[in-house]
Amino acid sequence: MSRSLPVLTVTAVLIALWYLAVIPMNATWEYDQARRAGSELPFAEMVARTMAQERPVLPAPHQVVIGLYEQTVGCDAVGRRMCRETTPLTVQGFGQRVAAAFTSNRSLIYHAGVTLSATMLGFLIGTGGGILLAIGIVYNRAMDASVMPWAIASQTIPIIALAPMIIVVLNSVGISGLVPKAIIAAYLSFFPVVVGMVKGLRSPDAMQMDQMKTWSATGGQVFARLRLPMSMPYLFASLKIGIAAALVGTIVGELPIQQGGLGVRLLSGSYYGQTIQIWAALFAAAILAAALVGIVGLIERRVLARMGMKR
Amino acid sequence: MLDVTAEAAVIEARGLNLTFHTNDGPVHALKDVDLTIRKGEFVSFIGPSGCGKTTLLRAIADLEHPTGGSLTVNGMSPEAARKARAYGYVFQAAGLYPWRTIEGNVRLPLQIMGYSRAEQAERARKVLELVELSGFERKFPWQLSGGMQQRASIARALAFDADILLMDEPFGALDEIVRDRLNEELLKLWARTGKTIGFVTHSIPEAVYLSTKIVVMSPRPGRITDVIDSTLPAGRPLEIRDSPEFIAIAHRVREGLRAGYDDN
Repeated sequence: MSRSLPVLTVTAVLIALWYLAVIPMNATWEYDQARRAGSELPFAEMVARTMAQERPVLPAPHQVVIGLYEQTVGCDAVGRRMCRETTPLTVQGFGQRVAAAFTSNRSLIYHAGVTLSATMLGFLIGTGGGILLAIGIVYNRAMDASVMPWAIASQTIPIIALAPMIIVVLNSVGISGLVPKAIIAAYLSFFPVVVGMVKGLRSPDAMQMDQMKTWSATGGQVFARLRLPMSMPYLFASLKIGIAAALVGTIVGELPIQQGGLGVRLLSGSYYGQTIQIWAALFAAAILAAALVGIVGLIERRVLARMGMKR
Repeated sequence: MLDVTAEAAVIEARGLNLTFHTNDGPVHALKDVDLTIRKGEFVSFIGPSGCGKTTLLRAIADLEHPTGGSLTVNGMSPEAARKARAYGYVFQAAGLYPWRTIEGNVRLPLQIMGYSRAEQAERARKVLELVELSGFERKFPWQLSGGMQQRASIARALAFDADILLMDEPFGALDEIVRDRLNEELLKLWARTGKTIGFVTHSIPEAVYLSTKIVVMSPRPGRITDVIDSTLPAGRPLEIRDSPEFIAIAHRVREGLRAGYDDN
């Protein structure tokens, strides 16, 4: 509770600044229109109009919120028939609309679902691969010397340049749909996991390793009983970054594939100058990312609490 | 005092050398060390830092490898002795795993060594009772004081019933009052179990109070300058530290330490 007040204050300040920025951003268009019509545009009138443009340079916050509603469970999103049947809107009707939104390809909920499935698959591949690579780096001298520079190099290539190539190559061997997007997501999410797990698996100090030796523990026992549990805080820190990176990777992968997803909504919005649609998709992606990171954080808290690492 | 001269030698070092090769040239951590520790003895190693007392203990535990001479533990090489679970080792830090309960920590070496679940529980119960930590089985390490944590780590070292207990400044990080109490308890534990104990310390009163034999060491190169057989009785209340006998032994230890310095 004590944390909500500062958070709300910052949010309020940001929204106020946003509204202020909307006026000069959209004013040019309004003054142009007024000059063409040969009419005077009083200041108050101009301000009001900048907040209600159909294709603003910068949509006002309330426009984005309304856009977000319209494009998830609004009439455009769920279809005319569902819209008629559920107007005026009741709680039950709202539930029907939400259910319909999951299958309507005009709804952001449907597209978020498409993005989420590829994100989760990519996150699993990336995390699994990252952990395996980290184990290799910690236990194998050759891998220790050779893998890390490549892992770092892999992250310096802009994913937007790499994504179409991955899709083309995979498509030529008959892999399309969910998997190429997931692989792009995995490409971004494995890296923080590798870095975190290498650090985590190496976190036992010399004394702890000596202690294991006095018990003549095998390598497997040292791993299972000491290295792996000690790496858990590092793993979860990495997973939070990794799942957000997987979401970014999926959205980038969706741009060239054009088979649904938040990335498609972003791109089509920019094709047709639908700025409100872009911002709505952007916020949908942000909400999705926040939810995913939040879930990982929740699991982290419970696991570490059970392990006695958080008091 | 108990007569140990008739007992068999448990740890035997002859002309032991151990040299570390560093960037600044070789460091003679141990030079020509001769030492016999017999069954049931309580042997303290005392000396300034760099005298090799910890290195000697670690060599006995097969954590360091001598570069010359011979060293046997229970008549075997240190490696064979380690694999035969000849000793329990207590480090300066308790080193308990924060994600395991006290009982879980004591069970850890037993799990690694493949004891059955029932056996683990039974042994954990017994050694926790021995260090007076019964009732704390379900607590996590952070819920215990530093002294209690170190007691738990002693219980862990005792859990698999090794005949030798090697302790590397186990109470070095604790305050004087807690240390006194743990010293008293350690003596009781030693009397009850009849273990052979090797104990590294840099406290003269601690060494004199606990030991039947005090090994005084000096640095550069690390070597033994004096071995003092204690004349104190087996039953030792803390007050014994004010007796003339105690003070005389402490004086001889101090002389030995000073002699080691004068050589340099």
